[in-house]
Amino acid sequence: MRKDALRDKVAVTGVGCCRFGENWDQAPSDMIVDAAYQAYADAGIEDPQKQIDAVFTGSIYSNKGPHECSDALKLFGKPVTMVSNYCATGTDAFRCGVMSIAAGLYDTVLVVGYDKPKDRGVSGPSVMMDRVRDLPQTPAGWFALCAATYFAKYGAGREELAKIAVKNHKNGTLAPNSFLKREITVEEALSARMISWPFGLYDCAAQTDGAAAAVITRADLAPKGSVRVKGVAVIAGPNPQKDPENDFLSWKPTGWAAQEVYAQAGITKPFEEIDVAQVHDCFTLTELLTYEDLGFIEKGAAKEHIAAGTFQLGGKLPVNTDGGLKAFGHPTGATGVRMIYENVLQLRGKAGPRQVKDASLALSHNIGGHPTACGIAILGKS
Amino acid sequence: MPGIVSYGAYVPPTRLGFSVIGGRPPKEGGPERAVAWNDEDAVTMAVAAGANALRGFDRAGVDALFFASTTYPFREKQGAALIAKALDLRRDARTADVSGSLRAGTDALLAAFDAVAAGSARRALVIASDCRLGAPGSAQEQSFGDGAAAFLVGAADAVAQLEGAHAFADEIVDLWRTEGDPFVHSWEERFVVQEGYTPGVTEAVRGLLERIAAEPAAFTKAALYAPDARSHAGAAAALGIARGALVDPLFGKLGNAGTAFAPLLLVGALESATPGDRILLVSYGDGAAALAFSATAHLDKLEPRRGLAWHLARRRAVSTYDKYLKARSLDAKEYGGGRDPGLSATIHFREREEDVALKGQRCNRCGGLQFPLQRVCERCFAKDDFELVRLADRTGKVVTYTFDFFFPTPEPPTIVTITDVDGARVHLQLVDVRPEDVKIGMPVELVFRRIHQVGGRPNYYWKGVPRS
Repeated sequence: MRKDALRDKVAVTGVGCCRFGENWDQAPSDMIVDAAYQAYADAGIEDPQKQIDAVFTGSIYSNKGPHECSDALKLFGKPVTMVSNYCATGTDAFRCGVMSIAAGLYDTVLVVGYDKPKDRGVSGPSVMMDRVRDLPQTPAGWFALCAATYFAKYGAGREELAKIAVKNHKNGTLAPNSFLKREITVEEALSARMISWPFGLYDCAAQTDGAAAAVITRADLAPKGSVRVKGVAVIAGPNPQKDPENDFLSWKPTGWAAQEVYAQAGITKPFEEIDVAQVHDCFTLTELLTYEDLGFIEKGAAKEHIAAGTFQLGGKLPVNTDGGLKAFGHPTGATGVRMIYENVLQLRGKAGPRQVKDASLALSHNIGGHPTACGIAILGKS
Repeated sequence: MPGIVSYGAYVPPTRLGFSVIGGRPPKEGGPERAVAWNDEDAVTMAVAAGANALRGFDRAGVDALFFASTTYPFREKQGAALIAKALDLRRDARTADVSGSLRAGTDALLAAFDAVAAGSARRALVIASDCRLGAPGSAQEQSFGDGAAAFLVGAADAVAQLEGAHAFADEIVDLWRTEGDPFVHSWEERFVVQEGYTPGVTEAVRGLLERIAAEPAAFTKAALYAPDARSHAGAAAALGIARGALVDPLFGKLGNAGTAFAPLLLVGALESATPGDRILLVSYGDGAAALAFSATAHLDKLEPRRGLAWHLARRRAVSTYDKYLKARSLDAKEYGGGRDPGLSATIHFREREEDVALKGQRCNRCGGLQFPLQRVCERCFAKDDFELVRLADRTGKVVTYTFDFFFPTPEPPTIVTITDVDGARVHLQLVDVRPEDVKIGMPVELVFRRIHQVGGRPNYYWKGVPRS
């Protein structure tokens, strides 16, 4: 890998994000149009059919391939690619777009992440069963598997998880396009009905519909002061359910992706250098582990940092400033791109009441599958 | 003469108290019956009983498997073939299902004895397993019990030598179940006992006694099928069997376990027998059968088995009748199952070594054990260089766990673990344990259970239970 191949080669000139939620009256195409046209306007794109060279789109619920996006936007006669990588789909679509520009193939690319899980008639994710030995299992059950082990070793518990939910619910009230706009208390979180121990209802992300988009372009063509891509990495990991070496104290792909993306961006002290982060809080414990797996803090130190408010707005390194998957909502394919949207606003100083002061380096993180893949993008001021 | 070389049993740990059937709380020490829970059926109990009978014996030496049941869930698709795979028997072991009558358990035993006597099998495994449903509110709902018994039959080293047998068939509509009906029906009890049961077992035993030239008093143990306690006592008296010889028929404890009932009582007789004991086995159904055995000195050499006593000592009480109804799919549901096309049969076929026989693989290069079967080693990346290793007979250790409340089950939560089996990691449900007793590092045994019913048919896989 050439670690400087991407850094500062690509700028994010426009971002858009539709309102996340149970969008009963919107088709995927409606949300795609909302998000993409916002991004066009933000980037000053007036004639997308001419100005967009290629499209990278990501979704895991759609079975229509890239056509759903190209047809919604009437972007024909150009390459449109569908990316699917579980919950890391959004970051992976973004990465493909960035690489295509850095390779010199295109000048301007549209990235669209979207998903429409609320057309399935079930609340929460499906119970997936493809083969005989697939247990009745849910993502909550997969991601809970680090709890017993982590709690036993480092003394954290449901209380710490509840505090993460409380923080993200609070942040969600500050983001106009978020799904849940209601603060909760630690007591509410702890007494909610159990989904998969230790996850009660409030430890689980809100599954929603949604779409988010970004227009990216060659850095030398972008207006002065545009947000730059410092690095983006997507790393595959073993299925933790059969990985013979898994210790269930962290999710391996996050550490590996962090290593690669920090090398790309030239980051050596992430906790000192990064000003704001959007991390994959599909479940509260996932956010807790991510603090450590990204190298923000030592393994096992999350409990004390949660108590100290390190990751709250106003803390040393605010995490999930828009409410995260927990409160902003989690339309799987859109989530990584929604994080890009939030980080661009933060870096421009346009994040309103949730603005992190003087943010100049921002990280976004997706982890998906059992989990089996992680995507991380780092954006910075130019 | 051939004989029984080894035996094993399975009785589900779950007990349904008669007071609970009546809508009251469980009563300590009150009458109850054993009940197969939602992940158990005639197949899973048969696999467990068979594994117990084979403990300490070479499965490669089993030449035939006879499976007796009236409640095997498929009408077409053999039970013995499935059970043979789960027990990892030889591919060319002969398999057959014996069904249709409560006499099927002894019919299967007689077939095995014949096969061994004829020399077409050196050892044959016989398993009888039943979990019959009585309609809610019926007398059968109380009197039936669920369980399985297994016997390894062979020409040499028998712990109980077959002395002789007598069986006959008769036509009578006393107990029946027709196509599509989940419940067993019975004609008036007095008719069944006076015209069917009592004269039937009497004829079978008299015929046996004539063949082996013995008197009823010769038997020191008697495993006697009966529909209920009163007819059991009546038949024993009519047959002239000494009171002290009768094996406790376990009414109010186990219940009438159908084809497995008399075989389970035979297990009870064998586990308390001493060399020299003469044992009578009597079954009834569309005729009757009586078999005589004599216990040999090999009994003392047989390692302790998981037989009847072991299983009866292990119990947990169902707290409400509603849970029982859910576990046996007798509750009203919003959607009836069976409409979905189900799991891909081709995936099931490709993965049967893993799913049914629970085989993992050992890498010939790095020596690591892993699960499931994969082309490239998880550890050292060697390609296509593995040997199959059966994990089912090993002990695993819980690495981590969660309690999933999301999936519908009669008694949430579903306990889900990652379990390490000698280095292979298995995503495994844990059953027959309370959530509060689940601990990291706890040792677990592997048991064959129903995993789900996608496609409206039972799908089987392995689960963990705390090591006993």
